[in-house]
Amino acid sequence: MVSQVMGWIDERFPLTKVWREHLAEYYAPKNFNFWYYFGSLALLVLVMQIITGIFLTMNYKPDARFAFASVEYIMRDVDFGWLIRYMHSTGASMFFVVVYLHMMRGILYGSYRKPRELLWILGMAIYLCLMGEAFFGYLLPWGQMSYWGAQVIVSLVDAISPEVALWIRGDYVISDATLNRFFAFHVIALPLILLVLVFLHIIALHQVGSNNPDGIEIKDHKDPVSHIPLDGIPFHPYYTVKDIVGVSGYFIAYFGIIFFLPEMGGYFLEENNFIPADPLKTPPHISPLWYFTPFYAILRAIPQKQLGIAAMGLSVLIFFLLPWLDRGVVKSVRYRGTLYKSALAAFVLAFLVLGYLGTQEPTIWYVNPIARVCTGIYFGFFLLMPIYSRLDKTKPVPERVTS
Amino acid sequence: MNHFKAWNHVLIQGVLALFLGLSCATVQAEDEVKLDKAPVDTSNLPSLQRGAQHFMNYCMNCHSAHLARFDLLEQLGLSEKQVKQNLILTDAKVADYMSVVLKAKDAQKWFGVPPPDLTVEARVRGADWLYTYLRSFYRDDQRPSGWNNRVFPNVAMPHVLWALQGQQMLQGQGGKAVLVLTQKGSLSPQEYDRFVGDLVNFLVFMSEPTRSARLHLGLWVMGFLLILFLVARALKREFWKDIH
Amino acid sequence: MDKIQADRGRRRLLIGVTSAIGGVGVGALATPFVLSMLPSARAKAAGAPVEADISKLEPGMMVTQEWRGQPVWIINRTPAMMAQLEKNAHLLSDPDSDRSEQPEPCKNVARAMPGHDNILVVLGICTHLGCSPTEKLKAGNEGGMGSDWPGGFLCPCHGSKYDLSARVFKNMPAPLNMRIPPYTYLDDQRLLIGANKKGG
Repeated sequence: MVSQVMGWIDERFPLTKVWREHLAEYYAPKNFNFWYYFGSLALLVLVMQIITGIFLTMNYKPDARFAFASVEYIMRDVDFGWLIRYMHSTGASMFFVVVYLHMMRGILYGSYRKPRELLWILGMAIYLCLMGEAFFGYLLPWGQMSYWGAQVIVSLVDAISPEVALWIRGDYVISDATLNRFFAFHVIALPLILLVLVFLHIIALHQVGSNNPDGIEIKDHKDPVSHIPLDGIPFHPYYTVKDIVGVSGYFIAYFGIIFFLPEMGGYFLEENNFIPADPLKTPPHISPLWYFTPFYAILRAIPQKQLGIAAMGLSVLIFFLLPWLDRGVVKSVRYRGTLYKSALAAFVLAFLVLGYLGTQEPTIWYVNPIARVCTGIYFGFFLLMPIYSRLDKTKPVPERVTS
Repeated sequence: MNHFKAWNHVLIQGVLALFLGLSCATVQAEDEVKLDKAPVDTSNLPSLQRGAQHFMNYCMNCHSAHLARFDLLEQLGLSEKQVKQNLILTDAKVADYMSVVLKAKDAQKWFGVPPPDLTVEARVRGADWLYTYLRSFYRDDQRPSGWNNRVFPNVAMPHVLWALQGQQMLQGQGGKAVLVLTQKGSLSPQEYDRFVGDLVNFLVFMSEPTRSARLHLGLWVMGFLLILFLVARALKREFWKDIH
Repeated sequence: MDKIQADRGRRRLLIGVTSAIGGVGVGALATPFVLSMLPSARAKAAGAPVEADISKLEPGMMVTQEWRGQPVWIINRTPAMMAQLEKNAHLLSDPDSDRSEQPEPCKNVARAMPGHDNILVVLGICTHLGCSPTEKLKAGNEGGMGSDWPGGFLCPCHGSKYDLSARVFKNMPAPLNMRIPPYTYLDDQRLLIGANKKGG
């Protein structure tokens, strides 16, 4: 009976074929480690954000008069509205945690290198889209931080082209018109783009196959009869059961935050965003949410406005060039030399310090000087990479993956 | 091999440590005053009931809580009748929002700033700040209201609770200055602390009425997820015997 | 061989246990989403019982009171109207309201609280597809209902007809008599609609 139904479907839609090619007979390297959880987790977070978002939309009102109160209505009056809202607000931050770790994995093991350049570019496009999604979504609660955060970011556009800024806002200040269109971008425009990009990202991944912590191609050593990679194992069941462990572990962290630390000390939900937006009064300390602070610190570190904006934009976009900046003979950090490792360590440290400085007030004496040093390291990592990655004394790479 | 692994580990731990460090770091206070710990327990219904009573008697003359309805108070174990008779001091209905008679314009004229709505104030300021603030008023004749506050210098709000607390004076200079009770109020210092504690507890409750439910449900969810994690890990290990 | 057999059994058991726990988890996760679509606390507060004053409702007149956003009709029936009710029985689909919804004390010909037989309190919603019927209280052809019309209501959507106790006539699209909401008398002149007993 089941096989008859499957046969009927398979004549009309390649269901069994898709199942085989992408799960049961998709061969992934057998030596994935902890870092390899974050790809599937990113997909999970995306699905959770979409579902919680749909249910928030049922009660949220994208109107400057009602937006703040409608969020509180969700928190107070809708059955389990508080849980759905916390799942969405925590999910937004966790999305960035997961995506940053996923990107870090790519950098550690050279997953952006040939033949995975397009995979990396699609991933970066997803990241950009996600930043837009977070930015538009952050205006919706219509609190003080929502309002002034949007004001500051749109003013960056204003510094380049006042006409474009006016066009984005649809008014001379952030207003009801802005809120309404940001709502449209947040709930339909960007999610659609995001879904298409994620689909393309996975198709591209399955075309070239997964990289692994050794940074070597498992397709180079295939069984002469079955043509199955010797170091590959079918994604299903081995990585599906492994990812279930990852999902359970992730949920423990995710729901732990939701139930016991939903504001995360002001890093996931800011105190001042519990004050309704007031266009006449800026809160004393404005900073973006934590996932934007490294770039925000770079913006502030540079004393000239246009240059600062350019540096901030470049600091994000430069990731796109990574596949061509890296001239190392090995992919994985495991077989790189001290030179590359030091550069990478300095970069990670600079990124984290920038992230911290971005949350601090720029009037503190050490904030901008340190941010400038870190900005230098940040760009140095990328711009000097063609040189140091080539000079780097690498170690011999094994033929087959290590376990 | 071990060498690489160790390096990998350091990175992971570094990222996690920084993430946790960031989350635990509290937002820098604007002032130097050390905040006292507020006795918050949103499962303590008698405390919340007293706090609600204090809020209605002392705060709601000027401050609204217009995102909450009076029926919120029924969650504190009170009947509709008790809420109506004891806690609604105007002709409002139980299903009405807790708005206030004082008009924003009048408030602007009297205090310079309109008193903020207090529905979610506890999430803006934090319980400890509120608890310390309400106990830190002192006599200052240079202020139009005759009062000043250690936690919120030059605050517009006068010391509404002074008849209960009595009068404090600021003695000493700068960071070493201390508040000294110079005239007794109708409550002893311990009673006054409890009074403010109940009030702040109520403000915390009002800012997130589902707080107790959240903490309670959270324990169950954590327990369940832990079991799921252990079972999933056992399943994974069983399958991965094929590989190793 | 035995080892492989044992492994297979263990594997099947673990798949079963994980699936069961995972299934419970998915169900538990879905619950808050489903529940969030029920009426919110605000909707419930707005749907609280409403009071109605009938001291000025003259015989033969009708007033409409809103309860949960729906029309509740209160009709003070004349003795002539009351007399007509018994005579309608053979024309009606559910004359004794056996299948229809009403508070237990109202399950009678008048579909009213004992002691206030003449006062009909009814949710003015047609049981067919939810339109609100039009009042055709007067008997006879005055309202264009034909000379044998005993007085009642006509639903404009699909033509269902009801008598003055909101009971549906035979062979109408509507299956049941109109619903009588829970209500109670606070005193002779005041009704509380939506509550079975005082303050409840």
